[in-house]
Amino acid sequence: MRYYLRRFYKTVEGEVLVIPGRTMGAIGILFLFFVGFLNISGHLKNVLTLCTIFALFAASWDLLFFSGQLNLGHGAFFGASAYTSAILSSKLGLPIWMTIPLGALTGVVIGVVVAIPALRLRGPYLAIVTLAVPVILQGIVFLFPDFTGGELGLFGLSPISESPTFRYHLCLVIMLICVGIMWKLTDSRSRMIRTGIIFSAIREDEVSARTSGINTVRYKILAFALSGFFAGIAGGLYAHTMKVVGPSTLEFLFSIYPLIWTVFGGSWTIYGPVVGAYLLYFLSMQLLVIVPEIRMALFTAIIIVMILFMPEGITRWIRDKIEIRCPRCKVINTRRRKSCRICEAPLQLTREEKERKKEIAF
Amino acid sequence: MQVLISTVVLGTVYAVLALGFSLIWGAARIVNMAYTSFYMLAAYFFYVFYSPAHLNIFVSAILAVLAASLIGVMTYKFLLEPIRFHEIVVVLVSISLAFFFEEIILSIFGIVFRRVPPFIPGYRELFGVRVLNQHFLAFGVGILLIVGLWLFLSKSKTGIAIRATSQDREIVNVMGISEKKVSLIAMSIGIGFVTISSVIVSPIYVVEPLMWLHPIIMVLACVVLGGLGSLKGSFIAAYLLAFSEVAVVNWLPNGAFIKSAVALLVMVVVLSIKPEGLFGAFFEEERL
Repeated sequence: MRYYLRRFYKTVEGEVLVIPGRTMGAIGILFLFFVGFLNISGHLKNVLTLCTIFALFAASWDLLFFSGQLNLGHGAFFGASAYTSAILSSKLGLPIWMTIPLGALTGVVIGVVVAIPALRLRGPYLAIVTLAVPVILQGIVFLFPDFTGGELGLFGLSPISESPTFRYHLCLVIMLICVGIMWKLTDSRSRMIRTGIIFSAIREDEVSARTSGINTVRYKILAFALSGFFAGIAGGLYAHTMKVVGPSTLEFLFSIYPLIWTVFGGSWTIYGPVVGAYLLYFLSMQLLVIVPEIRMALFTAIIIVMILFMPEGITRWIRDKIEIRCPRCKVINTRRRKSCRICEAPLQLTREEKERKKEIAF
Repeated sequence: MQVLISTVVLGTVYAVLALGFSLIWGAARIVNMAYTSFYMLAAYFFYVFYSPAHLNIFVSAILAVLAASLIGVMTYKFLLEPIRFHEIVVVLVSISLAFFFEEIILSIFGIVFRRVPPFIPGYRELFGVRVLNQHFLAFGVGILLIVGLWLFLSKSKTGIAIRATSQDREIVNVMGISEKKVSLIAMSIGIGFVTISSVIVSPIYVVEPLMWLHPIIMVLACVVLGGLGSLKGSFIAAYLLAFSEVAVVNWLPNGAFIKSAVALLVMVVVLSIKPEGLFGAFFEEERL
């Protein structure tokens, strides 16, 4: 028993504590669990739950963006899944553990359907076609008001749980598991899972990826399906948290939010969108309390200023400040170290090298 | 007949907006999502100058165009130009800008529909249908702008520089054309287009803080449907989309709810068949 505890501690020390970014992440996760037990108001807990759901939503957008597909209609996956969960729950009375997975399956279906035209399109064309998808779905919602509730939406869904604390923790655990899976899927350095490196190859240069024998069609459809699946889980959770699903989930704004969160947090990192969603959604909700009149104006002004200051996103900006990758063995090190912790290669450039680099830049 | 006339007017508006947008996209390579928020700003400036400030209608229209264009060019110069090469960040900043303007307008004027008087009141009978004189004016000014742009791009030196920039940025810099300056000029023309069309059109439709959202989606659809960088393509696509919208509103029950859905469905179908748009050239790999 003590052996296992010590081994666990050693693993944590070797894998997490030596890397400041991971330490911060671990502290953040522990803090999020801890916040749930605090005696805070139910409203604040609901806001945190929504933050968690939107973090998952934004991370699923980033998964698609990681493979180079700019999706401006991510609300389609989310909204379709939320509607499916809502219809299954309110019309058929299915329990939650069935409606959310079935909603996620709808997300997958929509993802594959969107992927079919997306295979032939790229860049701005793809962005605009995906932008059209939620608008078309919204049209379908308005066409069948008996079934979908029309403009008012569906309400009276069964909640996940009566206790807000349990609800928050459940959402948090689901979010962490899903984000962890996505993070592993996009890990380009992994030897076991090849999707990460293949997705980034497609993003960087699709033609080269195809010429090196990667079936880009299959992997793009896979990216859309995975992204739809995780966005679908977020949609199902959202439906059961809000207990009402309206056409607003298919609005333009809802498809833009993941983009804002992801780019603010740092794209192509998976954890960036999570941080971005937590910070920005919480900020916008707090602004609603403090200055309700000009909250959106202030909110967007903050976003614009921050992004002009750090166009790479907040997590990447912090990561570059505190971490450095060893040039020889590619292991992450603390910024302060002079030599790599594994292979002892010098990390900081000497003065001569810095000057040479400056000359090259000129 | 009513459908046809509405199509022509709406199509002209979309065409003007889409041409300005594709000009900006071609020369400056930015997807400016805040583009139609200047459409909204100009309409509100027009309203302010005309109604509370009691200026002459033409003076207020010109002032509105100038003020909104100035804001548009300033935002480009100070906000979008420094980050022009981060494509996705440009999208983020311009969307944030659009929401920023929307909220500012919303907090000043509230969500009330405003009306602006037409330049030439009255109507005329055309094939048994009453057509407002403002419709004629909108159509005329739109066509004038389009023809003017076409002449400018094909004849003048600056126009040729803009076209060259949209084809190859590096070579343009080598040939001694300042790519930054050309981008700024193209941006000013695009913003000018959007503000002028706004002032002409706002008497026909209502002025409200959310009036930018629907046009930006349709403009993006037009530009993409016509093929990026093809002015002729966006022109034809604008009429096609305008027709599908107007037809749905007029001929289907509940049409107003699903008009954009049907128009965008048309776009998706066309793009699935012809991925490079109606008149777009197909680039296998674009050099940036």
